[in-house]
Amino acid sequence: MKPKRLTLFAGHYGSGKTNIALNYALYLKECGLPVVIADLDIVNPYFRMKDSEEYLRKHGIELISSPYANSNLDVPAMPKEIYGITSDRSRYGVLDIGGDDRGALALGRYVPEILEENDYEMLLVANRSRPLTRTAADTIGVMREIEEACGIRFTGIVNNTNLGPDTTAQDVKDSLPYIQELSESSGLPVRMTCVRHDLCGELEGQIENLFPLHLQELYYMLKTEVPNGEADI
Amino acid sequence: MQEKVLMKGNEAIAEAAILAGCRHYFGYPITPQTEVAAYMAKRMPKIGGTFLQAESEIAAINMVYGVASTGKRAMTSSSSPGISLKTEGISYLAGADLPALIVNVQRGGPGLGGIQPSQSDYFLATRGPGHGDFHVLVFAPSSVQEMADLTSLAFDLAEKYRMPAMLLADGTMGQMMEPVVLPEPTELTREKPWAVTGTKCAREHNIINSLYLSPQELERLNIERFERYKTIEATETRWESFMMDDAEICIVSCGITARVSRNAIVEARKQGIKVGMIRPITLWPFPEKPLLEAAEKVKAFVCVELNMGQMIQDVELAIKCRKPVSLCSRVGGMIPSPEEVLAAIKQANE
Repeated sequence: MKPKRLTLFAGHYGSGKTNIALNYALYLKECGLPVVIADLDIVNPYFRMKDSEEYLRKHGIELISSPYANSNLDVPAMPKEIYGITSDRSRYGVLDIGGDDRGALALGRYVPEILEENDYEMLLVANRSRPLTRTAADTIGVMREIEEACGIRFTGIVNNTNLGPDTTAQDVKDSLPYIQELSESSGLPVRMTCVRHDLCGELEGQIENLFPLHLQELYYMLKTEVPNGEADI
Repeated sequence: MQEKVLMKGNEAIAEAAILAGCRHYFGYPITPQTEVAAYMAKRMPKIGGTFLQAESEIAAINMVYGVASTGKRAMTSSSSPGISLKTEGISYLAGADLPALIVNVQRGGPGLGGIQPSQSDYFLATRGPGHGDFHVLVFAPSSVQEMADLTSLAFDLAEKYRMPAMLLADGTMGQMMEPVVLPEPTELTREKPWAVTGTKCAREHNIINSLYLSPQELERLNIERFERYKTIEATETRWESFMMDDAEICIVSCGITARVSRNAIVEARKQGIKVGMIRPITLWPFPEKPLLEAAEKVKAFVCVELNMGQMIQDVELAIKCRKPVSLCSRVGGMIPSPEEVLAAIKQANE
C-alpha cells in the first residue's frame, strides 16, 4: 500500500500494535523514506517500544517515547517531542497507540492537527486469538470505543491473528472469514495481514497484502528470554 | 477442551477465576497487576458477576471476607505495596477459616519501590501475610498457562482446606503474553455447612468470626489449624524437576527466574556441566522432600531469585545445610540474564 504521511496503529489491548508499528517503521525506512516512530502507549508498564530503541537507532529511525518508559515512575506521561510529528511534515510518522479506549484517549490531543493535514491512515489491529476479540461483533465494539475515545475514525484493518510462538500458517488462514466479516461489517478495507516472516512462504499467493514481521523474534526474545524445555515432572 | 488463545498473564488469572466459578472480584488498581481488574471490569457485568473497584485495598480485602463468609468464591488482586495493606484482612480470613484467592503480582520494594518485576514478597507470602500464627497456600506460576491452571487449583484447595490462597506471581508473569488453553469451567459441588447463608429457621445459625473470648478455645483452634497444615504439607506440595537425574548442581528457582535458569541449564549442559533444577510450584507448602533427596546426590545448590535472598533460607532448612547453597539474584526490577545464571552455575561447580 502507498504509505500516508502518518500511520496510526490502534486496537484492542495486546493485539500486537507495538510490534507491527516497529516493523512498519523499518519497512518505510527500507523504502528509503525518512521515518520517525512514536510510542503513545500510556497503559503498558513493561515490554515497550523503548526495548527496541537501540535497534531502531542502528537502523536510523528516531524513537519518540516517554522519558519515564521502562523506569520505576508510573505516570502516563507523553513526551513533548510528539508535537514534532504533526508539525514537521517532512518525515513519515508511525504512531503506536495504547490498547483499547483507555489507551487511545492519549491520541485525542493530536487529532485536530492530524485531521487538518488529512494525510493519515488509522489502522485497526485485530487478532482473533485474543479472547475478547474472537468475533467480528466484539472487535467492532472495541473499535467504536476507541474511535469515541480519540475522536478519529479508522480507515483500514490489519489482520494480526497469531498465537505468539505457536502460530501456524493454518491459524492465519482460519482467521480469514473473521477478517472478511469484520471488513464487511465495518466497511473498512483489509490493508495488510501480518505474519511471522518464516510463515510467509506457506501463505504466499493465498492472502493479499501479506506483511512479514521480521522483528518478531527479537521481540519475543525481549519478552521472555526463554525457550521451552522438556520437563521430567 | 477449550481453544488455544493468546493472553497476558494477568488476563489469564482473571478468566481462569471466572471459569473457576468466581463471580465476586474486589480490587484497587496498581501496576503491574491492573489488567486483572480491567479484565474483570469488562467481563463480570456480562456474566452477572460483581466487579467492584473499592476505595482502598483494605476495603477490597474486607469485601472478600464478606463474600467468602457466604461460601461463594471471591478474590482480590494487587501488587506488593497493596498486599501490605491487605495483610490485616488476610489474617482475619485465616482466623475465620475462610477460603479466598489473593493475587499478588509482585513489584520491587520496600516502600513504593518500583513497578518493575520482583520476587521480594517471598517472606511475606510464605511466613503468613499478617499477624498471628497462620499460613496461606502459596502458588508460584512460571508461565501464562500456569497462571490460569494454578488460579483454578488455588480456588479449589482454598475451599477444600478452608483457608486463603495466594497466587504469587512476579510482574513479568503478569505482563507477558503467551498462548494458553484455559481450564474447563468448574462445577461447584462442595457443601459448605459453615457458610452464612440464612438459617431459614431450619438450623442453628453459623458464626464467622476470628475473636475468641476463651483462651483455651483460641489455643485449641490454633492447634487444629496447624494439624490441618500438616495434612497439606504431606499432600499438596507441588514442584517440577528439570534434568535432575544425573545433576551435580541443583538450581532452585520459581516464576520468571526459573525460565531464565532453564536457558542457563541447557547452555551449561552443552558445556558438559551436569546441572538440573527443582522448581517449587507451591512455596507454602515448600517442596522440602525432593530437595533433601537431591542433597544426597548433588554437590551444591544455587538459588536464583529476584530478591536479596529469601527462598534460599527455605532451601537451607530443607536440606538441613548438608550442602553449600549460593545465591544468584538481581533486584530493583532487573532480571538475571542466562549468562549470569550460567556464571553462578560454574562457580558452584568449582
